Amino acid sequence: MEYFFQQLINGVTLGAIYGLIAIGYTMVYGIIGMINFAHGEIYMLGAFIALIAYLAATTIGGGGVALALLAALAATMALTALWGWAVERLAYRPLRSAPRLAPLISAIGMSIVLQNFVQLSQGARVKPLPPVIQGGFTLTQGDGFHVHLSYLQIAIVVLTLALMAAFTWVITRTRLGRAQRATEQDMKMAALLGVDVDRVVSATFVIGAALAAVAGMMVTLYYGVIDFYIGFLAGIKAFTAAVLGGIGSLPGAMLGGLLIGLIEAFWSGYFSIEYKDVAAFSILVLVLLFRPTGLLGRPDVEKI
Amino acid sequence: MAAAGGEVRRNAIDAVIGGLVAAALALPLLGFRLVDSAQGLSLGFRFDLVLWAALAVAAGRFALGLLGGVLGRHPLRPPEALIGPLSRSRPWLGWAMIAFAALLPLLPFADRNLIDKATLVLIYVMLGWGLNIVVGLAGLLDLGFVAFYAVGAYSYALLAVNFGWSFWICLPLAGLLAAGFGIALGFPVLRLRGDYLAIVTLGFGEIIRVVLQNWQDLTNGPQGISGIPRPSLFGLRFAASAPEGETTFAEFFGIAFAAEHRVTFLYFVILALALATNLFALRIRRLPIGRAWEALREDEIACRSLGLNPTTVKLSAFATGAMFAGFAGSFFATRQGFISPESFTFIESAVILAIVVLGGMGSQIGVVLAALLLVGLPEWFRDLQQYRMVAFGGAMVLIMLWRPSGLLASRNPTVRLHGGSR
Repeated sequence: MEYFFQQLINGVTLGAIYGLIAIGYTMVYGIIGMINFAHGEIYMLGAFIALIAYLAATTIGGGGVALALLAALAATMALTALWGWAVERLAYRPLRSAPRLAPLISAIGMSIVLQNFVQLSQGARVKPLPPVIQGGFTLTQGDGFHVHLSYLQIAIVVLTLALMAAFTWVITRTRLGRAQRATEQDMKMAALLGVDVDRVVSATFVIGAALAAVAGMMVTLYYGVIDFYIGFLAGIKAFTAAVLGGIGSLPGAMLGGLLIGLIEAFWSGYFSIEYKDVAAFSILVLVLLFRPTGLLGRPDVEKI
Repeated sequence: MAAAGGEVRRNAIDAVIGGLVAAALALPLLGFRLVDSAQGLSLGFRFDLVLWAALAVAAGRFALGLLGGVLGRHPLRPPEALIGPLSRSRPWLGWAMIAFAALLPLLPFADRNLIDKATLVLIYVMLGWGLNIVVGLAGLLDLGFVAFYAVGAYSYALLAVNFGWSFWICLPLAGLLAAGFGIALGFPVLRLRGDYLAIVTLGFGEIIRVVLQNWQDLTNGPQGISGIPRPSLFGLRFAASAPEGETTFAEFFGIAFAAEHRVTFLYFVILALALATNLFALRIRRLPIGRAWEALREDEIACRSLGLNPTTVKLSAFATGAMFAGFAGSFFATRQGFISPESFTFIESAVILAIVVLGGMGSQIGVVLAALLLVGLPEWFRDLQQYRMVAFGGAMVLIMLWRPSGLLASRNPTVRLHGGSR
């Protein structure tokens, strides 16, 4: 039982991270209908920028860890969002009216570029960071097994919840959110009614990249090692999460992320760690067989 | 004159903004460098690189802007006059390319290195033609094509190493096995549409790779399988000496042994395999099943109402594509003599898909051009190993921006009713 709770805690933490990345996929898919393959690399860039920003902040500030972390978080979100904006502007916007596969190939190309750019500029070796936030609670101490809940895990889940609340507020209450929802429903009609579609799409990429940046920073702190290749697997898993929850649906992305995190944690805890990715994909296939549009997705209406 | 001045001014402002954005983008990743030492991580500085990046982007933006103003169109898009003749179909072009490919090893400048590279390009051409059946003809987005390539490679390697079966027996078996995998994997998921199918196939590609990596007893895990036998020509071996009771190719023809013989032989094998794939794809388009694929790509609802079963039609396309990937995979195994899960990563699927899409979906010659561009060209720049992949990804983006529907687009139905409206 203690072991179960430990895996539950780990799974929820992991799920929070996947959920943040998945929102970027699902938003972009909802609005322009493309799989943004480079989103995983944006998350990887976020992790690297976070590491660099944190080191720079501690070098300059010299003082408190909390202040350095906050400064690094702000810098990471801003700079990664700029990368997200630039990728959309360069590689996707010119292809807005192109055949469906063109932006996909362009996105795969962009993801190869970003991955190798980071490998060239920062080196291929794994980058270790000693633990920054240490300590935590020991919840139970039954028969020799300690259930541990670290401060970092609490911080990750709380920050994720706060970001998702803020994000839901943006989508449901603000002018930008209304424009986004309008663009999602019908891009042409929204444009006719005076919504600046290009600006809305840019904003979508910026928000998605900022959330992925936070996920990148969390991973840097949580695992303490990053390399230029982490974006690929995290990207496809987050995309799996988005599809699992129903692509285009925002609560679905969060739910899907949580589920993928839990599946991974429990599978590696109880069965085998080698096959945890297989487990996540198999669950995806099973869910899609019975609910072809994901858990919370709207059924597709076929029009003739 | 005043208008021209305004143009220059606007371009200059754009260039400055572009430069500033580039500086901000480059600052964290180029300006700082993570230095890993015994004391832990520390930061190095390279702010000069940020300056150069910003200047380069600003200058490029300015030049492109001026060029666009002078030409009156987007500077990265080629003029119609250049593209028009290229995309018209020319029956003789295909034959000329086949003749050139067949004569390539006899040409004076063809050394072992060149033929080896041509063999690699042909593997991708064959894979591209195979995937073209799935993506170009049937319109199913398959992001895990490499899984079937891996199945073909491992089936040949395992059969040859464990049972000593020859390449020519294993080749059809590998194709059948891959097709069987295609059916087994495709059956549950082909009801899904578009992008759901894409993510599931991607997932399957990864699953196959993870299984190959972890099923130590069968596949020897990450170490891979080595010592895979080479193919023979009707029992004639391509080796310096043959074991008891067998003859080598050189002995049989009474010529001196040369390593080039095997390379050339392999080249002709893959050329024949690739051409067989091409012929198959061209002929099957005219059969009812090929027409059903194209019809399904264009309009699934119409197909259903006309009595086609979308699942079986899709499944047949999926399995056919998988079969050719299996053939290519077993050839890959015999050519390399060593395979490991490393060779079957997602990036391979992406490259094959990129070849199909960049070539122009459904176009057979387009696939050849794209394979030459994406696989052949980078091979020449092996020395620039590190910058090669950045350029490769950049080329994918640029070609798409340049020709969004592929180098040679051909989406017209292969068969038309006579006397139709067009």
